[in-house]
Amino acid sequence: MDSPPSTGRLTGAQREELIEQVKQQVAIATAQELLTKISEKCFKKCIAKPSSSLDSSEQKCIAMCMDRYMDSWNLVSKAYSSRIQKESMR
Amino acid sequence: QRILMREQQRAQFQQQINKFNDICWETCIDKPTSKMDNKTETCIVNCVNRFIDLNLLCAQRFAQILQQNGGF
Repeated sequence: MDSPPSTGRLTGAQREELIEQVKQQVAIATAQELLTKISEKCFKKCIAKPSSSLDSSEQKCIAMCMDRYMDSWNLVSKAYSSRIQKESMR
Repeated sequence: QRILMREQQRAQFQQQINKFNDICWETCIDKPTSKMDNKTETCIVNCVNRFIDLNLLCAQRFAQILQQNGGF
């Protein structure tokens, strides 16, 4: 992909590297946001009375909570994609 | 350029999903269980669609309200 650079002095390879970096940064930011959300949600759902450590039932709840949150996330993703497709076909 | 725009669109899509999941999780899930049951799945799908419907309705009505009030 060695076309003449259209953005000032970037070569084809540099452009590709930049694009990869942007994609990576977006992915990392998205993952961080998701993790923050999950932590908040699962704290609310699983830790009713904070004590001096996380007992086994709380730990189990947290594990289930994270799995269910991701299940939900996948469901939402599908539902949203379908809806967008439906709207775009009107 | 075009590619950056595509990435931005993809990021926005992800943001929306995060927002919907945030809201619909609270709405549909009381206590985390060992798997998703049908009732919960239906609730989540309905939640996404009804939330979108609500946003559309509010946007329309808000435009009317602004018109009636002659702006702010």
